Amino acid sequence: MAIGVKVMQRPGNEASYVRATLTGMALTFRHLFRRKITMQYPEEKSTETWTISPRWRGTHRMLTDEQGRSKCVACGLCPQVCPANCIKLVPGEDEEGNRYPLIYEIDEFRCVFCGYCQEVCPEEAIHVGVHYENAEYERGRFVYDLERLSAQTHPVSSLWDPMDPKGE
Amino acid sequence: MTPEMKGFMLVSVVKLALVFTFVMILVAYSTLLERWIAAWIQDRIGPNRAGPKGLLQPIADGLKNLLKEEVIPSGSNKVFFVIAPAISLMAALLIPLTIPWAAPMPLDFDLTLPLLGRFVHRGATPATVAVLPIGFLFVLAISSVGVYGIALGGWASNNKYSLLGGIRATAQMVSYEVAMGLSLIPVLLLVGNVSFPQIVQAQQQGPLGWLVLPLALSAFIFLVSGFAESNRVPFDLPEAESELVAGYHTEYSAMKFSAFMIAEFASMVTISMMFVTLFLGGWDIPFTHWDEAGGMRLFWATAVVFFVKTLFFLFLFMWVRWTLPRFRYDQLMALGWKVFIPMGLAYVMFIAVGLWVVEGPLGVTSPAARSGLLFLLNLPVLVFVFRILDRGRLIRGSSTHRPPAAPRPARAA
Repeated sequence: MAIGVKVMQRPGNEASYVRATLTGMALTFRHLFRRKITMQYPEEKSTETWTISPRWRGTHRMLTDEQGRSKCVACGLCPQVCPANCIKLVPGEDEEGNRYPLIYEIDEFRCVFCGYCQEVCPEEAIHVGVHYENAEYERGRFVYDLERLSAQTHPVSSLWDPMDPKGE
Repeated sequence: MTPEMKGFMLVSVVKLALVFTFVMILVAYSTLLERWIAAWIQDRIGPNRAGPKGLLQPIADGLKNLLKEEVIPSGSNKVFFVIAPAISLMAALLIPLTIPWAAPMPLDFDLTLPLLGRFVHRGATPATVAVLPIGFLFVLAISSVGVYGIALGGWASNNKYSLLGGIRATAQMVSYEVAMGLSLIPVLLLVGNVSFPQIVQAQQQGPLGWLVLPLALSAFIFLVSGFAESNRVPFDLPEAESELVAGYHTEYSAMKFSAFMIAEFASMVTISMMFVTLFLGGWDIPFTHWDEAGGMRLFWATAVVFFVKTLFFLFLFMWVRWTLPRFRYDQLMALGWKVFIPMGLAYVMFIAVGLWVVEGPLGVTSPAARSGLLFLLNLPVLVFVFRILDRGRLIRGSSTHRPPAAPRPARAA
């Protein structure tokens, strides 16, 4: 047998149908007065017992430096590692020889939210975010450009750390 | 037409409108109650968005169903497809009209309306739209008509799942109607009349008067058959989602679907009212006698008591629905034909013999003493049915035949 198959403890010949019915009804009656576990979503987004995980991988966010420029140096690692091929990057170079992205677009419809882009980024520029309310009125709005990615304010994901697998 | 006849007609029309409105509101709100109880039993909150605490939910549902598109499948038999929900609804809404829901109301008026003339009403008016001498026979007849709606709807849809649902409904309702009829014969034996006001009157004698005591097994059979008659879980095989999509109303949409739903809930309300009237003393207030005096205050008090009793049974219906799983079809039929019908027949004989013994050789004539003695006679029957007959009649899970498997040693790491 494979690992841990659950064996149901079914009642033997003792139980009768009427008595089993009454037992079941007593159980459901007790549940009528239990504390309800529903979370009233749009009004309350987290409770004492449940908050969204800090490791949640949602829509992206581009971090910026003190001058408000994106930290991205257009190295090309994130489009390279992206399994869904959803990042479009056109690198540019200024007079001092610093590379920066001319075009940086992420198609959030294609994205599989694996978080590899954040993991691979040497500058800690692109991040997946702890964010899940992404509704739009048009499909085109789901291609996030550099400006939009930099303007996001939600917290960024702290990815799974193999040194600390339980996040302690 | 004499002013008295016109007065009678006026009162009847007002009562008709009142009962119809009341039943429809009760049906609408029992859909909300059903969803609330489902939620509470599953540790959820339930509908709370439409209006304060979700109280406008039935109105929102109704409005939605009115505005939805009505689809009539092209292969269907259009006449029967349209008539079927109407038959179901009509049958379900006719029965509450015969049930007395309060003590007779004192009503004296003599008024003259413009164009219509003079209306006169003297004395008390019974709190029923129609005081039928044939009482529950009428109810049994009309509740059988309801199955026509379901069977026709299933057949006219030209859909194999609908047809299967309709056939199941027919077989099930025909079977359980027999058991239900048999469970009512002891009532007839004890009361000596089938009309509802007489049955309620017979139950007003003393705290032992309620027929649920002297006829306990009848009450049980009636309740379970009532579940089957109104197609509720655990007997909702006509609309078994897992096998028949939605059964006989698969092809129905918008208000026609609503009509079937209203019919189902209305028959639930009806069975509750029937049970209260037949076995729980109707509008009788227990342990008191002032409720037999008459008067306006009494009318309201008894109406409230009847409502509370009915509401309890509505709650019971929902409570059972969210507790029990559905029967398998052969189990349903076996329960109906092999258990309830023989049991009902035997119980008719038992009560007949019991009544003969109590009234003949023992010579007991007081109704309270009679029902007390019958209750004592019933105790061994109840023990027999619920302890001895019930033992071993369990619905086995597949693993109960084998002894539980010995715990295997954990796999070496």
